Amino acid sequence: MSATTMGDAAKRAAAHSHKHSLHRQRLWALWGSYIALGVFVVIFLVPPFYTLMTSLKSSAEISAQTGSPWLVRHPTLDNFWYLITYPNFQTYYLNSIMVTIVTVSVSMVISVLAAFSLSRMGFWGSQALATGVFLTYLVPASLLFIPLFQIVGWLGLINNLWCLALLYPTLAVPFCTWIMIGYFSSIPKELDEAALIDGAGYLQMLWKIFIPVAMPGIIAATIFAFTVSWGAFLYPLAYLYTSNQMVLTVGIISDLIRGDVFQWGKIMAACLLASLPPIVIYAFLMDYYVAGLTAGATKG
Amino acid sequence: MADGTSVPVGVIGAPRRVARKTSSLKRFTQQRSTIAFMLALPLILLVACFVIYPALYAIYLSMLNKKMTAFVGLGNFAFLLKRHTFQLVIFQSCLFAVTAVVMKAFLGFVLAHLMHNIPGKNQKIWRGLLLVPWVIPLALSTLTWWWMFDPSYSAFNWVLNQFGFANVPWLGVGWIARFCTITVNVWYGTPFFMIMYLAALKSVPEQLYEAASIDGANAVQKLFFVTLPMMRNIIAITVLFSLIVTFADFDIVRILTAGGPQDMTHVFATYAFQVGIQSGDIPLGAADSLFMFPILAFAAFFVLRGVTRRTKEIAT
Repeated sequence: MSATTMGDAAKRAAAHSHKHSLHRQRLWALWGSYIALGVFVVIFLVPPFYTLMTSLKSSAEISAQTGSPWLVRHPTLDNFWYLITYPNFQTYYLNSIMVTIVTVSVSMVISVLAAFSLSRMGFWGSQALATGVFLTYLVPASLLFIPLFQIVGWLGLINNLWCLALLYPTLAVPFCTWIMIGYFSSIPKELDEAALIDGAGYLQMLWKIFIPVAMPGIIAATIFAFTVSWGAFLYPLAYLYTSNQMVLTVGIISDLIRGDVFQWGKIMAACLLASLPPIVIYAFLMDYYVAGLTAGATKG
Repeated sequence: MADGTSVPVGVIGAPRRVARKTSSLKRFTQQRSTIAFMLALPLILLVACFVIYPALYAIYLSMLNKKMTAFVGLGNFAFLLKRHTFQLVIFQSCLFAVTAVVMKAFLGFVLAHLMHNIPGKNQKIWRGLLLVPWVIPLALSTLTWWWMFDPSYSAFNWVLNQFGFANVPWLGVGWIARFCTITVNVWYGTPFFMIMYLAALKSVPEQLYEAASIDGANAVQKLFFVTLPMMRNIIAITVLFSLIVTFADFDIVRILTAGGPQDMTHVFATYAFQVGIQSGDIPLGAADSLFMFPILAFAAFFVLRGVTRRTKEIAT
C-alpha cells in the first residue's frame, strides 16, 4: 500500500523516465516474488501431493513398482472405503475426537480463568506466575514422559486413553494462557470498573465482558489446544498399547504396519483422513490463529 | 464463587460508613486476591502435578539403579557420558536442532519477505498454501516422508533414476539419514517462522524506510539497518521457541529412522524412549532426557536476557 503512495510521490516529483524505471523495477520485484513463492509452494506441497496420489492407488499398483510413482493410473477409493468400514480405524478416530474434546475444554477453562486472574486481578506472586507459566516449555514432553510413565502407572491409567486427557492440557495450557493474557490485557480497564460499579461480580464480568470481547483470542487458543491434542504422538506411543485405546497418530502406525508389511495405500489414505479435521479448521479459522500467535510476539 | 458476587457490595458500602472505609477497602483487596488465586489455582495445580513434580521426580529417578532398588548417585550420568552411543546422541541432538533452526529461520525470513512484496489480498491464499506442512500433524506427514525415502521404489529415487543417477539409500546411511531428518524438520517448521516474521515485517513503521530512502540507503542497507534491528526481538523469541521444540523433537526421528543406522540419528528424546520405555531401564532414560534441561535453560537465559535488555533500550 505504501509502495503505491511512494510511487505517487515519485510520480509527482521525478522526471517521466525516472518514474518509468521505478515502476518497472517494482513490477520485476512483484513477478520475481510470485515466481519464487510458486517454487516454494511446489516444494512444500510435494509430500501432501504424494500422500494423495498414493492413497488413490490399489495395493497391486503400488507393489507392481513400474512407471512413475508420482502418478496414479487406476485411481480407486478402495483404501478410503476400507478404512471407513474398518472397526479399528473407527475406534481410533472416535478416541481421538473424545480425547481432543475433553482436552480442549479442560485447557480452555483452565487457561481463561488463569489468564483473567493473572492479567486483571492479581495476587501475591501472580506476576512471577505469568512469566513462569511460559517457562514450563523448557521442560518439554520428551523430558517428562519417563517420570510420567511412573506417575500414570500409579494412577492405574497405563493403556487407558483418559491418561491423555489428563496430560495433554499440560502441553496446551501454558501457550493458551499466554495468548489469553495478551488479549485480556488489551481490554480497557474502564470496562471492568464500569462493570464493578454496576454491581457485577468477577465471574459475571469475565463471562459477560471479557469472553465476548476476547473471542478472537479464545478461538486462537482453542485451535492451538486442538492442534496439540490431535497431533501429539509421544504420550500415546508410550502409554497405550492395545488397539481399543489408541488414538489416530499411533493407531495408524501400529495397525497398518505389520512387521515388514507396509500397506502404503491404506497408510496414506489414513493420513489424509486423520489430517482432515485440522485442515478444515485451519481453512476456516486460519486468520484468527495467525493473529493470536503473532499478537503476543509483536507486542513484545 | 458466591464471594465473587458479594465483593461489589463491599465497594458500594464503603463510602456510606466512612469510619470503616479503610478496613472494608482492605477486605475488598484481600477478597479480590483470594478470588484471583482461586481462579489461577487449576493452572497452578496442573503445572505443579504434571510438570514440576514429574521434573523433580525425574531427577530422583535418574539416581536409581535399573531395578529402582538402590541409590546410585550420579552413576547413570557418568555411565551415559562414557558411552559412545550417548556421545553420538549429544552430537546429533545439537546438530539437528541448530542446523534445522538456522535453516528454518533463514527460509522463513526469505519467505516472509517474498510474501511482504505481494499485494495484501493475494497474501492470504499463498500463506494458506505455505502453511499446509505445519497444519498436518507431524507424525502423519513424517509417514509420507518415510514412504518417499523408501529405498526400493521411492519417489525420490525414481526421479534420480530418470536423470541417470543411482539410487540413494536415504535412511540407510548415517549422514544421509541425518540430512533427511533435518530436511523433514525444516519442511515442517519453516511456515511457523514465516508467519511470525511476516507479522513482524508488517509492524515495522513505513516512515523508517522512507527516512532511510531519503538518506540514500539501498535495499541491502535497509535490510541490515532498518528491518533486522526492528525485528531482533521477534526473531529471538521465535528462534528460542523453535529451538525448544526442535531440540525436544521426537516424532520425526522415531518414525523415520528410530535412531538408526548405527544410532547415528538418535536424539535425546528417541534415545530416552528406547532406553527407558522399550528396554525398561527407566532411571537411565530419565538421566538421558534430563540432559535436555540445562541446554535449553542456557539458551533461554541468553535469549530472554537479550530481549529484556533491548526492550529496556527501546523504552528509555
